Amino acid sequence: MHNLTIKQMSEKLHAGEITSVQLTQHYLDRISQYDAELNAYVTVTPELAIAMAKEADEMLAAGKGELLTGIPVAHKDIFCTDGVKTSCSSKMLDNFIAPYDAHVVTQLKKVGMPILGKTNMDEFAMGSSSESSYYGPTKNPWDLNAVPGGSSGGAAAVIAAGLAPMATGTDTGGSIRQPASFCGITGIKPTYGSVSRFGIVAYASSFDQAGPMTRSAEDAAWMLNAMAGFDERDSTSLERETPDYAAELGQSLKGLKVGVPAEYFEDGLDPDVEIVVVNAIAEIEKLGAEIVEVHLPNKDLAVPSYYVLAPAEASSNLSRFDGVRFGHRCENPKDLEDLYKRSRSEGFGAEVKRRIMVGAYALSAGFYDAYYLKAQKLRRMVRDDFTKAFESCDVIMGPVAPSTAFNIGEKSDDQVSMYLSDLYTIPVNLAGLPGLSVPAGFVNNRPVGLHIVGPYFSEAKLLNIGHQYQQVTDWHKQMPEQYQ
Amino acid sequence: MSLGKTEVEYISRLAAIEVNESEVDEVAAKLSNILDLFSQMQAADTDGVLPMAHPLDQVQRLRPDVVTEVDQHEKLQSVAPAVENGLYLVPQVIE
Repeated sequence: MHNLTIKQMSEKLHAGEITSVQLTQHYLDRISQYDAELNAYVTVTPELAIAMAKEADEMLAAGKGELLTGIPVAHKDIFCTDGVKTSCSSKMLDNFIAPYDAHVVTQLKKVGMPILGKTNMDEFAMGSSSESSYYGPTKNPWDLNAVPGGSSGGAAAVIAAGLAPMATGTDTGGSIRQPASFCGITGIKPTYGSVSRFGIVAYASSFDQAGPMTRSAEDAAWMLNAMAGFDERDSTSLERETPDYAAELGQSLKGLKVGVPAEYFEDGLDPDVEIVVVNAIAEIEKLGAEIVEVHLPNKDLAVPSYYVLAPAEASSNLSRFDGVRFGHRCENPKDLEDLYKRSRSEGFGAEVKRRIMVGAYALSAGFYDAYYLKAQKLRRMVRDDFTKAFESCDVIMGPVAPSTAFNIGEKSDDQVSMYLSDLYTIPVNLAGLPGLSVPAGFVNNRPVGLHIVGPYFSEAKLLNIGHQYQQVTDWHKQMPEQYQ
Repeated sequence: MSLGKTEVEYISRLAAIEVNESEVDEVAAKLSNILDLFSQMQAADTDGVLPMAHPLDQVQRLRPDVVTEVDQHEKLQSVAPAVENGLYLVPQVIE
């Protein structure tokens, strides 16, 4: 059953060939069998999943089922889930049972999607490898020595190994697209503001964006349809009509102008990854697209400006975890300052502490202009580069990451090297644009993704391009041998 | 830019994060590496560029100043570590 597409599962559920309880139990059994070696789930909720599956079967029997009704989902542990632990993979929130659902969770509950559990991630979504979790690193199903990418590494791993048909993720600097690329699945970061951030534990508010992680672009379109939409509880939610993200699936790519930035193929990109990406773009060209050269001259300034701005926002957002209002509390504090400092020091892991310190420093008197203000100006320059590029093309294509998944522990002690693994995804977050990663091949049995970036609100176009590519390739159908 | 013990102590205070004596050198080295990455920004000419705080250049949306929240204190306090008479109990830090 785990090899079916979402549409095929839906057809079988609606025809009564399978029940949601059977489908959900199938995934729970696979989780029991395989998750111990992957460490991709931090919480599994079998009783909740089966109870929700029964409700979904009732909806289907009553003829009230929608396309996703009865299909189980896994939520990244950054989404609040009513009555279920929401830890953000941090000791700080190890005992936090959310008393409400995130907007996205509510949306997916409404259509009757049973919750299998919560997936592992980099602590507070800060990372590119899913190694910084308080609950230990997640492993890449394609190679257990490799990281699955981050921060939505658990979500990517559960889909790649067939431990969930779809999962929610969040993307602040590439955290949906980079793990999607490393694990050979499909992930889309929608336009900033398209999906409500209500109930998502905040990391960097002007960057954080939720999105779907699935096997195929078509599945992602169906899932995004259920996730997206205006929510007045999120002040950054876009007040506009929610489009049908599946509306363009099936359209020809004839005449599509694909911009390929020269700057994407300079030093730093693994030559083998480059070959896979170039071949994928050639495949898109065969489908009728026209390739044009574009330029993103400020690409290399995106990483330093992101690592000023995101930690600055994080230092503010994470100030609520002080041992009083939220989070872990130290024993026997001697005074208020001791309570704050020891609670935070005991509760946060090394990378989170580092980013809070960097952010606090960047915002401090004397450094604000040199770091924070400068980074905000560079953010506009990076955005303007994209705006100019889209004057001569419909979408931009290139690599998602400079390499395939790296080995566990390989970059743990070199933060700057880890940060640079997001150099192709971060500019998209600075600009707030939508970006899609689709599986495009392998290097030494480790997956490589093709990155497709479009102008604001072009998600339906991106998903159709991914879908058309997946009609003529089968990279997205491949699964690691031991999980087939 | 190379940070020393004084700067680490200053940042630790700003961030309300304790850095033990034994950790100072390592923290200083790692933060210095990150600040070196930031120094790349200084070469870029940003004169006349408007800072960008929101990716879509949107202004903050406001709502009418009316009460919309319903009282959920019982539900919210059900997950708190300690409550008494409808109030949250926090550790005493003032004698």
